[in-house]
Amino acid sequence: MGGLQKKKYERGSVTNYITRNKARKKLRLSLPDFRRLCILKGIYPHEPKHKKKVNKGSTAPRTFYLIKDIRFLLHEPIVGKFRDYKVFVRKLKKAYGKTEWSAVERLRENKPTYKLDHIIKERYPSFIDALRDIDDALCMCFLFSTFARTGKCHVQTIQLCRRLTVEWMNYVVAARALRKVFISIKGIYYQAEVMGQLITWLVPYQFSHDHPTDVDYRVMATFTELYTTLLGFINFRLYHSLNLLYPPKLDSKAECELKEENEEDYALNSECYLEKLSALSASLARMVSSAEEEEAQLDQFPVEGEDMEKLEAREREQKEQEAQKKLFDGLKFFLNREVPRESLAFIIRCFGGEVSWDKSVCIGSTYEVTEETITHHIVDRPNASTQYINRYYIQPQWVYDCINAKIVLPVEDYFLGVTLPPHLSPFVEEKEGDYMPPEKVKIMALQRGEKPAQEQEDEEEEDEDEDEEEEEDDNDDEEEDEEEDEEESEEKNLKKMEKQRSQGKSLQVKVTPGKMKVENPERLEQEEKAEEKRLAIMMMKKKEKYLYDKIMFGKKRKIREVCFILLLIIDSHVDKTVCEAP
Amino acid sequence: MEESSGNMRSSEPTAAMKKVREKTAKKRSKEEEEEEEEQIFNFKDKPAGKEEEDEDLSDSEESVFSGLEDSGSDSEEDEKESDDNDDDDDDDVTAVESKQPKQTEEEEEKEEVVGGVTEREEEEKKEDEYEHDSSDEEDIRNTVGNIPMEWYKDFPHIGYNLDGKKIFKPIRNKDELDDFLDKMENPDYWRTVHDKQTGSDIVLSDEQVELVNRLQKGQFGDVNFNEYQPSVEFFSSDVMIHPVTNRPADKRSFIPSLIEKEKVSKLVHAIKMGWIKPRRVEDDTRGRFYDLWAGEDSSILGRHKMHLPAPKIPLPGHQESYNPPPEYLFTEEELALWEQQDASDRKLPFVPVKFSSLRQVPAFSRFIHERFERCLDLYLCPRQRKMRVNVNPEDLIPKLPKPKDLQPFPTTQSLVYRGHSGLVRSISVSPSGQWLASGSDDGSVRFWEVCSSRCMKTVQVGGAVKSVAWNPNPSVCLLAVALESVVLILSPSLADRQVVQSSERLLSGQPEADTSDAAGPVIWSDTEGEELNQGIRLKIQHPKAVHQVAWHAKGDYLASVMPDHSSHLQVLIHQLSRRRSQNPFRKNKGLVQCVSFHPVRPYFFVATQRSVRIYNLVKQEMTKKLQANSKWISSMAVHPGGDHVICGSYDCRLSWFDLDLSTKPYKMLRHHKKAVRGAAYHRSYPLFASASDDGSVIVCHGTVYNDLMQNPLIVPVKVLRGHVITHDLGVLDVTFHPTQPWVFSSGADATIRLFT
Repeated sequence: MGGLQKKKYERGSVTNYITRNKARKKLRLSLPDFRRLCILKGIYPHEPKHKKKVNKGSTAPRTFYLIKDIRFLLHEPIVGKFRDYKVFVRKLKKAYGKTEWSAVERLRENKPTYKLDHIIKERYPSFIDALRDIDDALCMCFLFSTFARTGKCHVQTIQLCRRLTVEWMNYVVAARALRKVFISIKGIYYQAEVMGQLITWLVPYQFSHDHPTDVDYRVMATFTELYTTLLGFINFRLYHSLNLLYPPKLDSKAECELKEENEEDYALNSECYLEKLSALSASLARMVSSAEEEEAQLDQFPVEGEDMEKLEAREREQKEQEAQKKLFDGLKFFLNREVPRESLAFIIRCFGGEVSWDKSVCIGSTYEVTEETITHHIVDRPNASTQYINRYYIQPQWVYDCINAKIVLPVEDYFLGVTLPPHLSPFVEEKEGDYMPPEKVKIMALQRGEKPAQEQEDEEEEDEDEDEEEEEDDNDDEEEDEEEDEEESEEKNLKKMEKQRSQGKSLQVKVTPGKMKVENPERLEQEEKAEEKRLAIMMMKKKEKYLYDKIMFGKKRKIREVCFILLLIIDSHVDKTVCEAP
Repeated sequence: MEESSGNMRSSEPTAAMKKVREKTAKKRSKEEEEEEEEQIFNFKDKPAGKEEEDEDLSDSEESVFSGLEDSGSDSEEDEKESDDNDDDDDDDVTAVESKQPKQTEEEEEKEEVVGGVTEREEEEKKEDEYEHDSSDEEDIRNTVGNIPMEWYKDFPHIGYNLDGKKIFKPIRNKDELDDFLDKMENPDYWRTVHDKQTGSDIVLSDEQVELVNRLQKGQFGDVNFNEYQPSVEFFSSDVMIHPVTNRPADKRSFIPSLIEKEKVSKLVHAIKMGWIKPRRVEDDTRGRFYDLWAGEDSSILGRHKMHLPAPKIPLPGHQESYNPPPEYLFTEEELALWEQQDASDRKLPFVPVKFSSLRQVPAFSRFIHERFERCLDLYLCPRQRKMRVNVNPEDLIPKLPKPKDLQPFPTTQSLVYRGHSGLVRSISVSPSGQWLASGSDDGSVRFWEVCSSRCMKTVQVGGAVKSVAWNPNPSVCLLAVALESVVLILSPSLADRQVVQSSERLLSGQPEADTSDAAGPVIWSDTEGEELNQGIRLKIQHPKAVHQVAWHAKGDYLASVMPDHSSHLQVLIHQLSRRRSQNPFRKNKGLVQCVSFHPVRPYFFVATQRSVRIYNLVKQEMTKKLQANSKWISSMAVHPGGDHVICGSYDCRLSWFDLDLSTKPYKMLRHHKKAVRGAAYHRSYPLFASASDDGSVIVCHGTVYNDLMQNPLIVPVKVLRGHVITHDLGVLDVTFHPTQPWVFSSGADATIRLFT
């Protein structure tokens, strides 16, 4: 006995959390300001482990923030700026009301602004941290850069986004960091490897946006504010890591080449440079004007405990990557005007190809259609009007597929007017037992260096294998069925005998030659094991059983899906053969 | 008057009236509405006299056209007045204009156009006129002045020259036809202008035509006029030596301005008070980037431990491709399902579509939505660390000793005992293990030889048999049978004579006190006649229906169960040798399901619906109450050691109690899919079995260690199937052979099966 009575909900996990409203009151901010602060500082709600305990016994839905996070926000200088801004708006309104225009002007001049540099530094203490979190920033900037320059947000923001994305693309080209591309129905996905980090971003197709009404653009704008700052600093650092000038300058040589064109009527002088940069056709100026930097040969340091196989695998991977970087070396592309110029120019340049387009499409084209040395002409229409003999006329998907396959694919499937082979996602990595589309099998065979003629057979074989596996699965079931059948038949016999006995009262004694029951020892063993497992499963604890059932359910569903897809394929094959037969 | 005025108005000479139209600002302020009316009327002045007559009719129309406010009230008087005013005004205008020496440039131009010819002609003659710069008196061949020329319509002359002589009209008046012919034939018609003042036609020269063209284009009349002459700045920034004027400076230019002083003091005050801040220096570092991570010091610690980085957006699969393999496209059913499903239930947030070429791919309509949702997720969605279970499912399966190593146990069905026609509720094996007794709903008790499955004896007892129990004492051969409200003691005489005799002796034991019997609830009676021949020796009549009978291990005591909610008379213990019955409980503690004697000690187990009570018969008190954690206990079996109990329940569970450990079940076995109907221990082997409505008998190995510290090891070893489920009932009773590892089961399909 004795001691103070301890109050409920004053210890334990309750003390770690704070509800949103309380946090807001503590910070003395309005809800929009609080939201903006959370976005900028990267504060997010936490889901407590025991919600009811944290909620002081109530089950009302509430969002909880960590109290540490909120305390951390208390000392944020930007909070002061928010308040300043509020005061500014109030004063401005007052001045307007009194029609004191000089005061309005004076206030406007002193409009409070804030910078996000320190927040970036705080959120991402090291550069790698920042790189890791850049996916969303890129997606957002690419989206904003496609907005029309009216309405939804400030023109400066859009321009800045455009500038930053162009800089980013130029960096990726210069570093040859692109790894994978994927044309989806949403837009085009790109994946680049920058300093060991895989960075994926999505670029929408070049169409004007149908702005939805149920989207809060202020939230998006706040995010963009942060993201543009982040991306700017990252670009700066990346450019310097490659000894490139920042803000980017075109190579002097390239600049001269581009100068010739009549750029005056193309765009304003101020925008012209950005346009030229965004054409992506020229290389960038370097700080140290070394002609060609030879990459130092990396020494291999075998880590202890790492076996040779791993080492070799890594080496092979590296080689593959090097080869991929030079995929389009020596190839000369020409883009017809209907293909997405920016995307194609970007990826072709990323893999070392040369690219040009019609002068009227965009600034920065380097050679004409008539150039003799063009090897590939990318066209996206059923047939081309004038065809040059010494070049391939192909559809744009070829470029994307080549990059994903890491080899230059045969062009036959991609000629004009030909039905394209399916475009597969390079991001899917099939594990064992997953369904793999036949096209992928084909590409993998090509990568191994097999010829397509053999490989078709392989494919069929593999299909068969899969079928067999399936059949085996089926067999298992059937076996059980058979067992039951046997038992049933026995039972029937016995019943018959019983009947006879009950009817005739005397059994017809007759010896029939018995059948040898062939016992397959392997099978018996298997059955035994299966039964053992079944019995052991019976003894599982409730919790574990639940988990086990869940896992097995997932596995079975997967198998079922694969089977379903295979069935579909078989069906379609059958259909085809049926169609062909008459 | 009205008519004439109308005529006059309509045939106003444009040249003269144009002057009227151009009004100075001063005049305009004086102007009245009537003037405006006229002005507007002039705008739409008719070119030909053809419409003169028509014009009369449309007086009111005109006023409507003029858009005047008083257009509705156009009384005649007003009209007259206004007409008079008109005339007066016109006079005024001419008078004013003639007085005014200065005119605007435009006016000059207009005049030039109209009366250009005469002007030019006279230009050379009267140079001095231009010195006055008065263009009013320029046309002085006709002195009538600026009047409507219609006034001279009816006269042969059109005015007077400077000498006061009449100027006569040209003799030949042109009519419409002439005009038309002229228009057709005369190549200079287009440059011919009719001068109303002199009444003559004037053909414009080329220069004049060009002048007109220039003016129409809005250029200066003079070809040589330079519009862009260098401007001479009178007041430039250059300081001149001499003042512009010679006027002495005012006094006020030497005295500081009070107003300015006031203004300045206001500003100074505002600055002092901090109301006005100096203009902020434009911070040009904004939007300029530098190496933020130049000094990567670890002084700024990363986020706290609880920081959860946001998960990345999952990468797209083949389905999202613009040209996916055909197997990823939705079939019709899938599409229908997708459309039906709620957005949150859908497996894919979009429908896969196939496009034959890249140019056909449209914009994704939900692109901005998806970005926005991602933003919301990033700052609104509560995050929680979820441990992903990454276990091999095989590891979850407990490691148990192999059933092979735990042999012997029954594995196969070897014999089926058929003969009953109703479901077999209860079976019991004789202590010797040679005989099997079974009681069925068809009203018979059958005795089977275990090894041959032969039915040795059938006793018709005349009612559905609820329970049979063989006396466990090997020296007697007796069977207790419960049906309806009677318990019968059968002597099947299926043993050697000595045993039969000893059992006879036991039965013939005389009741001690007949008197007390009469008062008790139970009536003991011997049987006679047919029943005696069948082997029924004793009849114990109970007040209620008996559900179960159970023998004490010694074979002298017999317990019977009469489940009843309301009565305290649910269990009776009978002593066979003394033919005495007693009710051990005074209180009703729940619906009794089954009872059992402890194999060695004087304990008595009573299973009610949800618990098992253990009574000490010597001390006559309850020693333990086991909580079964199940809804409704169906059966119970006591381990031959006496320290363990298993309870089967209708909610599919079998609970194992370790009496030394706890009153809670040591283990709950949920092996069966349906209600457990029976449970049994083997007398010597570490086996127990449970029978269930799902038609299976599960045999488990349950090793009990003498070491108290070690918990019993329970391993299911075999699932025995064979009984056919009839009327949703499967196996009803199960019992082990006393010596062999065999198990018997009786089912609702009227069979008894032996598994060895």
